[in-house]
Amino acid sequence: MPRISVKVDGVTYSDDVEPRTLLVHYLRETLGKVGTVIGCDTSNCGACTVHLDGRSVKSCNVLAVQADGREVTTIEGLATNGRLHPMQQAFHDCHALQCGFCTPGMIMQAVDLVTENPNASEAEIREGMEGNLCRCTGYHNIVKAVQQGASATASAAGGEQS
Amino acid sequence: MIPTAFDYVAPTSLEDALSALAEAGDDAKVLGGGQSLLPVLRLRLNAPEKIVDLSRIDSLRGISDDGDTIVIGAMTTHDEVARSELVREHAAVLAEAASTVADPQIRHRGTLGGALVHADPAGDLGAPVLALDAELVVVGAGGERRIPAGEFFQDLFETAVGEGELLTAIRIPKHTGWGGAYEKFVRVSHQWSIVAVAAVTRDGEAKVALTNMGSTPLRASAVESAIADGASVKDAAAKAAEGTNPPSDLNGDSDYRAHLATVLTRRALARAMGG
Ligand SMILES: Cc1cc2nc3c(=O)[nH]c(=O)nc-3n(C[C@H](O)[C@H](O)[C@H](O)COP(=O)(O)OP(=O)(O)OC[C@H]3O[C@@H](n4cnc5c(N)ncnc54)[C@H](O)[C@@H]3O)c2cc1C
Repeated sequence: MPRISVKVDGVTYSDDVEPRTLLVHYLRETLGKVGTVIGCDTSNCGACTVHLDGRSVKSCNVLAVQADGREVTTIEGLATNGRLHPMQQAFHDCHALQCGFCTPGMIMQAVDLVTENPNASEAEIREGMEGNLCRCTGYHNIVKAVQQGASATASAAGGEQS
Repeated sequence: MIPTAFDYVAPTSLEDALSALAEAGDDAKVLGGGQSLLPVLRLRLNAPEKIVDLSRIDSLRGISDDGDTIVIGAMTTHDEVARSELVREHAAVLAEAASTVADPQIRHRGTLGGALVHADPAGDLGAPVLALDAELVVVGAGGERRIPAGEFFQDLFETAVGEGELLTAIRIPKHTGWGGAYEKFVRVSHQWSIVAVAAVTRDGEAKVALTNMGSTPLRASAVESAIADGASVKDAAAKAAEGTNPPSDLNGDSDYRAHLATVLTRRALARAMGG
């Protein structure tokens, strides 16, 4: 079995993995990072979204061996010092969930989206989130949360600079 | 589901990739961005014994300027193609089409080369590549071949890439100053094209190609000649389905697609011409 070395949420892990292991299975079953969930079998739903070298990917559609030498951030790595990431806080404040199953993927994609486009319009947010399905909310509060999370992220970044 | 077990290699040079493929013969499968292959393996529609991952071969990635041509490495992602200044300036229709593929996460992984070799008739990148008269660079044990896009797509999921060969680059003649538009029709977001039309135009000239109007991307030659003969956009677009044999499926029957092709061709031409 090939041995891989991956930095996940700031910690470097080395493990032997079968080549057919999907990244999402490695995260959940080997590392116990069950915050990342599996919602479908077709790479449509986006629930398993994580960041690979800083960009959002569906971790059911990447092999663990492909992450060798790379860096992964999951929903479990967003909070710092026990404080929610501004996007997590925004989802909480805006009640952007009902059952919550899609939420980890939604938040990871939302963070990618606002990093890329801090001033995204509502239409751009709806398009940028199109790879993430929610079967409960009708998306209304999710879009609101991404808008709030975008401005909170921007002001947090501004605060750090000054 | 979990794929069946396979051996995995991730060579860092083209030569090593070709020898890994040659060694494994038809038991091997090339892994590009994995956005079509991994779903196929998970559903166990295919069970290769060996996977040759191209993602560590740097020379297959990136977009460069080669005089009157732009060269896109096969492993360049949809996201990189959509954002590239070079592509937007000289092959705008391809950048637009790449931005309509799937969703952001899949565009961060999926590659232009993978999409073309996958050759799904509903895939969005074949038509723009065909409309732009691109050449596909295929490398195998016997050396390099350059294949015109018109000869590359052979049937449903079938291309001119043979066993043991790799698509390494897509060479696109610059269409600087030409208008371009990709009109894709879907009913829900993040869906494959029901029909789509790629149009590239300049004064009195149009190159038009159709997505999902047959088993391969097709040039709409009747539309192109009508424009060359001075027909109006409306009259030319009415010929979009001539000579096509569109599929019937849950998304629409063949007649519906034939009608859609005319509407989308009219829109694509009008927008490409700045109307
Ligand atoms: C949910 C979902 C929605 C999608 N929606 C769309 C859509 O709207 N429009 C669209 O066009 N596509 C869509 N796709 C497919 C996407 O575009 C894929 O990225 C693309 O089809 C395959 O590219 P890849 O790099 O991921 O290739 P892979 O999945 O790695 O490979 C695909 C095939 O090509 C072969 N291959 C790959 N690279 C090479 C190479 N360089 N040389 C030789 N053979 C190679 C592989 O062996 C395999 O047979 C969607 C996919 C998913 C999962």
